Amino acid sequence: MNTLFKLARRNIWRNKRRTLLTMSSIFLAAFIALFTRSMQFGTYDLMIENTVRLSTGYIQIHDKGYWENKSINNTFEDSPQLEKELSSYKEITQVIPRLESFALASSGKHTKGTIVIATNPATEDSVSKLSEKIIFGSYLTNDDGIIVAEKLAKFLELTVGDTLVLLGQGYHGVTAAAQYPVKGIFHFPIPQLNNQLIYMNLSEGQNFYAAPNRLTSLSIMLKDESQLDDVLEKLKSELDPKKFEVMRWEEMNKELVQAIQSDNAGGVIMLGILYIIIGFGVFGTVMMMTIERRKEFAVMIAVGMRKSQLALMTAIESVLIGVISIIIGILAAYPILYYLYLHPIPLSGDIAEAMTVFGVEPILPFSIDPSLFLNQGITVFIIMIIAIIYPISIIFRLNILKAMRG
Amino acid sequence: MEIIKTVNLQKTYAESAVPVRAVNDISVSFDAGEFTAIVGPSGCGKTTLLNLIGGLDNPTSGEVIIDGMNLYSLKPKEITDFRLKNIGFVFQAYNLIPVLSAKENVEFIMNLQGVPKKERDERVEKLLEQVGLKDQMNRRPGELSGGQQQRIAVARALAANPKFVLADEPTANLDSASTNNLLDIMLKLNETENTTFIFATHDSRVMKKARRLIELDDGKVIADKTN
Repeated sequence: MNTLFKLARRNIWRNKRRTLLTMSSIFLAAFIALFTRSMQFGTYDLMIENTVRLSTGYIQIHDKGYWENKSINNTFEDSPQLEKELSSYKEITQVIPRLESFALASSGKHTKGTIVIATNPATEDSVSKLSEKIIFGSYLTNDDGIIVAEKLAKFLELTVGDTLVLLGQGYHGVTAAAQYPVKGIFHFPIPQLNNQLIYMNLSEGQNFYAAPNRLTSLSIMLKDESQLDDVLEKLKSELDPKKFEVMRWEEMNKELVQAIQSDNAGGVIMLGILYIIIGFGVFGTVMMMTIERRKEFAVMIAVGMRKSQLALMTAIESVLIGVISIIIGILAAYPILYYLYLHPIPLSGDIAEAMTVFGVEPILPFSIDPSLFLNQGITVFIIMIIAIIYPISIIFRLNILKAMRG
Repeated sequence: MEIIKTVNLQKTYAESAVPVRAVNDISVSFDAGEFTAIVGPSGCGKTTLLNLIGGLDNPTSGEVIIDGMNLYSLKPKEITDFRLKNIGFVFQAYNLIPVLSAKENVEFIMNLQGVPKKERDERVEKLLEQVGLKDQMNRRPGELSGGQQQRIAVARALAANPKFVLADEPTANLDSASTNNLLDIMLKLNETENTTFIFATHDSRVMKKARRLIELDDGKVIADKTN
């Protein structure tokens, strides 16, 4: 093996210019791939982070069947035992208890269907930063005041200090009716919800819906998204599946997942085209390296080298070219990507404005997830393996005497 | 002691419009320690006979028996292994591996055989000394003259202690001085180590040194003389 490796190592430098050209093309492809994928993944991470923080959390616990039928009757009891159990997970950073349902809101001549979210003001704010989205008045406290989304307030012609009447169906058919002072008006980054949302504190909400101590969901935030599968599995095994459903953010945000998948597929296709072009370049190099050495190979077989050893040597040559190129590509790209990860590119103009309206920070973020680098390494390795299939078949079909005659 | 025997060996090339019988029913044997030249005009079948003895070609019919074993009863992979362990080759165009130094070229076959490093080093040093190129051991083939490269090729052929060495026109590309020098080295190795050499040649200088001459014409043995 040492002999084969030594031969392969020296063979790749027999035609330095050709090898350097091939390596440069692989390096460039790897660099472009890393840069574009890092940008894509960084953007996805930002979108996911935003969605998770603003709405579902990474994991939600519901009463069984709630997600299919979002009724106030599908609630569960907020037991201290459940809270204690969740607080024992060191991966969990926050648990937001929510009671969420619908109500008809009426002010003056206007009436509109709304979504009412009753929550713990402090915990909610620590995750969604809702207090930062207040544009008039103040954020929720533990009193009976409510905050109303901007567009909804505009439709109902509400200002801070006005009173809003809510009418809905409470727990087990009880009529829910009450009036609340408007403490604040907030801008919610998702336009559809900016037309519908009302927040109140949890105990007020439970009183309104006549559902004392009941919740529709517990939203869970994690230290790191990579812990999601583990925590989800543990929760599923520990909570009674007949009483609870435990869902991950992807199941609750299918549209976002689909948008990411379709954008990602576009990125993969572009990289695929890039790598196919590079692959042909590599194939050409390996083919030339094989064909121009047919006589040498024939002599090596004549003196006793097996064709399989020769094929292995050629494979090592090809893999060496790929490995050296991808390592250089990663070494060149990593410092730049790391800098951009720490200092995302700030956006300006219309794009920045649009992103701000949607509550997304106007930046172009980058990811330095290790899988990004690993995937490029594996891709280049696979290309090198594919590129040597035909040259290796030439070796196995080599006729010693014909090749020796040149 | 007989080490090689061909029995009714035939090789016909049927690719052309008129089939060419390059080796025509040759039965000949070689003893250990021989220094033999197969001679004859171009196209008489010298190289084909040498290739058949060396397991590089497939006979149309007949047998090549080495140490009592029919070479062509083996599978292709086994023939390659057999060549590695039993046959040394010297080619007209030297055919050294250009990316390896003189020492590494000589060592190459022993590496394939898995000979331990210490043993390899000792053997390589001895062989390079015998061919007079110990001081050139770190040079690559491109840095050596034709004669020097052919001497390295001889050392490579002998490195794994083969049963015999097949040399196809080894002096064709060499000047007189280099030819004489190479032949002297091979004769010395033949005498001191009892190495069997079989040449295919039409070089009169080789014929003069050979102790046995097998003359071919039209693929047949027309004379077999011992000097």
